Amino acid sequence: MRLDSNLQDRQREERLVGARAIVAGVLVLAALSLVVVRLVRLQITDHEHFSVLSQDNRVKIQPVPPSRGLIYDARGVLLADNHPSFSLEITIEKVDDLPGTIAALAQIIRLDDKDRERFEHLKAQRVRFQGVPLRLNLTPEEVARFSLDSYRFPGVDVRAELIRTYPLGELTAHALGYVGRINTEEIGRIDSSDYAGTRFIGKGGVEKAHEGLLHGQAGYQQVEVNAHGRVLRTLESKPPIAGRDLHLYLDITLQRAATAALGEHRGAVVAIDPRTGGVLALVSNPSFDPNPFVEGIGGQEYHALLYAPDKPLFNRAVRGQYPPGSTVKPFVGLAGLAEGVVDTRKIKYCSGAYRLPGQSHNYRCWRHSGHGGVALEAALIQSCDVYFYDLAHELGIERLKHVLGEFGFGARTGIDLAGELGGLVPSKEWKEKVRKQLWFPGETLIVGIGQGAFMATPLQLAVATATMANHGHFFQPRVARAAQVPGAPQAEDLPTVSHVIDAGDPHRWEQVIHAMTQVVESPRGTAKGIRSRDYRIAGKTGTAQVFTLGRNQAYNASQLEEKMRDHALFVAFAPADDPRIAVAVIVENGGHGGTVAAPVARKVMDAYLGGSTLIAEPEAADGD
Amino acid sequence: MAIRPGAAGSHRLNDPTQSGLLMRLHIDAPLLLGLLLLCAFGLVVLFSATDQDLDAVERQLVRLTLAFGLMFAVAQVHPYQLRRWSLPLYVLGVLMLVATLLVGDVGKGAQRWLDLGVVRFQPSEMLKLAVPMTIAWVLADRSLPPRLGRVFAATVLMLIPVLLIAKQPDLGTAILVAAAGVTVLFIGGLSWRIILMVAAAAAALAPLLWYRMHDYQRQRVLTFLDPTSDPLGTGYHIIQSQIAIGSGGLHGKGWLLGTQSHLEFLPEHHTDFIFAVIGEEFGLTGILVLLSLYLFIIYRGLSIAVNAPDTYGKVLAGGLSLVFFVYVFVNTGMVTGLLPVVGVPLPLVSYGGTSMVTLMVGFGMLMAVQTHRK
Repeated sequence: MRLDSNLQDRQREERLVGARAIVAGVLVLAALSLVVVRLVRLQITDHEHFSVLSQDNRVKIQPVPPSRGLIYDARGVLLADNHPSFSLEITIEKVDDLPGTIAALAQIIRLDDKDRERFEHLKAQRVRFQGVPLRLNLTPEEVARFSLDSYRFPGVDVRAELIRTYPLGELTAHALGYVGRINTEEIGRIDSSDYAGTRFIGKGGVEKAHEGLLHGQAGYQQVEVNAHGRVLRTLESKPPIAGRDLHLYLDITLQRAATAALGEHRGAVVAIDPRTGGVLALVSNPSFDPNPFVEGIGGQEYHALLYAPDKPLFNRAVRGQYPPGSTVKPFVGLAGLAEGVVDTRKIKYCSGAYRLPGQSHNYRCWRHSGHGGVALEAALIQSCDVYFYDLAHELGIERLKHVLGEFGFGARTGIDLAGELGGLVPSKEWKEKVRKQLWFPGETLIVGIGQGAFMATPLQLAVATATMANHGHFFQPRVARAAQVPGAPQAEDLPTVSHVIDAGDPHRWEQVIHAMTQVVESPRGTAKGIRSRDYRIAGKTGTAQVFTLGRNQAYNASQLEEKMRDHALFVAFAPADDPRIAVAVIVENGGHGGTVAAPVARKVMDAYLGGSTLIAEPEAADGD
Repeated sequence: MAIRPGAAGSHRLNDPTQSGLLMRLHIDAPLLLGLLLLCAFGLVVLFSATDQDLDAVERQLVRLTLAFGLMFAVAQVHPYQLRRWSLPLYVLGVLMLVATLLVGDVGKGAQRWLDLGVVRFQPSEMLKLAVPMTIAWVLADRSLPPRLGRVFAATVLMLIPVLLIAKQPDLGTAILVAAAGVTVLFIGGLSWRIILMVAAAAAALAPLLWYRMHDYQRQRVLTFLDPTSDPLGTGYHIIQSQIAIGSGGLHGKGWLLGTQSHLEFLPEHHTDFIFAVIGEEFGLTGILVLLSLYLFIIYRGLSIAVNAPDTYGKVLAGGLSLVFFVYVFVNTGMVTGLLPVVGVPLPLVSYGGTSMVTLMVGFGMLMAVQTHRK
């Protein structure tokens, strides 16, 4: 009986466990079918979708920046170079704890206050998701040390890139400009695909004006990356097209000579080859070292440069607008001849002052005792104001402005150098529009002697002088002569723009030029001190008033503070009969053009033409 | 128990799968074959998942060899002995769990390891076997189906270690230990009424459970519900494993050619997420092969349970087979995004030794049940 019941129990158990095993088996199959249905959905239905995602995960397109074109001077001296450098960059958007990260980085690489300061400065103007450099020029040891620990620093990368350097530093800063990091304002202007992978762009000078030639075209690489973004291999690539090398007209020997000639003076020298419009030298003194600007200058350092009393960042050669003073007289003279208002024999009488018909106001000549009767040549040699008052009056402001405009005054010359300003030749329209006042006939007179609202840059003066030297053939000034594809056998000349000023009789150019030679050669000439035995110079002195004197006050340089003193100007070209160089010099607060500015021009011409540097002791010449 | 096991079951000795020699060596040939095929497949995948790290594959092979050895050793033990050791093993396991909570090492933010000087040991692994053994011991004392009192006693015995493990906190293992107890009860004939009642109660208590969870556990549940809510944080695993599996398609990208795993987009690709590597490199085809191997092993386990000569053997074998399935389901469900992420390895394929040893000892018990007939 007991055995029976046991047997019954056993059979019941067998059935129970058997049934449960079957139920369990069904449940197992049901659960696994769930998994399989899910897998079919992932691997069959949505396969395409996930394939794309997987591909996106592993393939990244990386831009390959082109190397920037190099810049050479006229004789092949390298002025702008690229050198490889490692910098440590932080992508701020990818870093959670920035101060902590920087503190930890400071443990393995050297970070000084300057680095931190520059970092803060650049951080403020960064482009989102672009690295901000914390340290520049890492040593190979530092790169190695960081690489070992790089896993600890997500969002921090070592970047190898070509950094622009300017071997001659201050000497070329104002002519070349510099490249710097693309800022948020610039990012909107540029074609972002062209600048993919490049963080530098020309910020001024030739670097900015020829950005299109120098930059080149970005290439790309399709690379396979792992989850940490490390590149494993290249799948496909299109190489970048390197930027073109530029060959300049600029002659670094002359540039150096011009800088030396200015010495400690604040001022500018622009030298142009009249035959081409090529800029041989472009100096603005004082200058600055452009190299720190490339990777981002520290705030304090920048501040110091920006607010230095001598304004080293200010490019006087193309942005400095000064009243041209008497240097404008040859051009006004030519306008008179060209318009038939005067001829060379026409004599005007200078009593020391000039009165407009029916007016009582006295327009004074710089020589209060007057020059007596003077024709054009004598008026130029002695810089007689009264002659040019009358000439300007007869020409009228419209004709005067037109001819001066042909020489390049009153508008940007269009030089291939960024940041140029256009100066100003005042006119009726200008005055009515800007000052909301009527034009007085007396203002025409002031324009005739290059004072008042009349403004010109040293570059404009050099261009006008070169045009004069060239008998009216005006060339738009160019700094870059030719561009060369790296590796190409020859450089291609860049286009030039020119026009010809019609003076009617070509002889009129000779007449003005002859008068200009007499400025230097005549014993009464205002620049007689710079006469050279080796070649003939044609020039004109000038003085730009900084401080307007009261009606009956006498100008006494020694009594004025330096900053109040007149600017000394001088324009010249040489050799007078076959001009190869035209120079404009301005020495700020230098006083008199003939004694201060003219010797600078002479030294520049000597350096270029190979003359002797003997200059007669500048006399305390009178005149303007 | 008046009748010794084996006496009543002796008529099953003419089972065609049992040859004399293997029977004497206490080896179940179909189960062994299934396990060998599975482990071989696992090693091939592991070679790829570890980025062709032969050393890692070798270490895994050594572990497997040891685990197989352990399985053979356990297979020699008569189920009668297993039944006698059930309770002592269980008590020892629970004591060690308590010790772990008091002095255990903290690994990955949870106290799971007990340092015994020579080896670091996870007592919770031991409970994965001790719990089903003890519950089988409770049920086997009387004939099946169990009365309510025994079900209650078994439930209490199960919940003690489950709660201790959950407190470490190790939700994954706690669930698996609970599953090990529940499967034994289920095979043992737990009445459907109780099953339904518990299911209903669990549904009602689920919100309560939410408040008891740790933040990281809640995060996992939230991420499971919407992985894209935190694509770089906790959702990253799920998103990347689905990309891996989905991009594998029907035939896969080929062995060693899975980009998701080799380029390290897929985290934990040689441990908990190795299933995604199989999906990526071998496609749906490869996964179906793998699942067939698992199914075969589970089928063999269940048939061992059905054919077992005594109650203890039946419920233990059935429970162990089903809990093996739970492992498979929890892991594959997690990797495919069906279930929330809990740290459960893919049995016998994932790299690592702890769970492998537990599983193989379990299979040793299955073989013991199958081959000890006297």
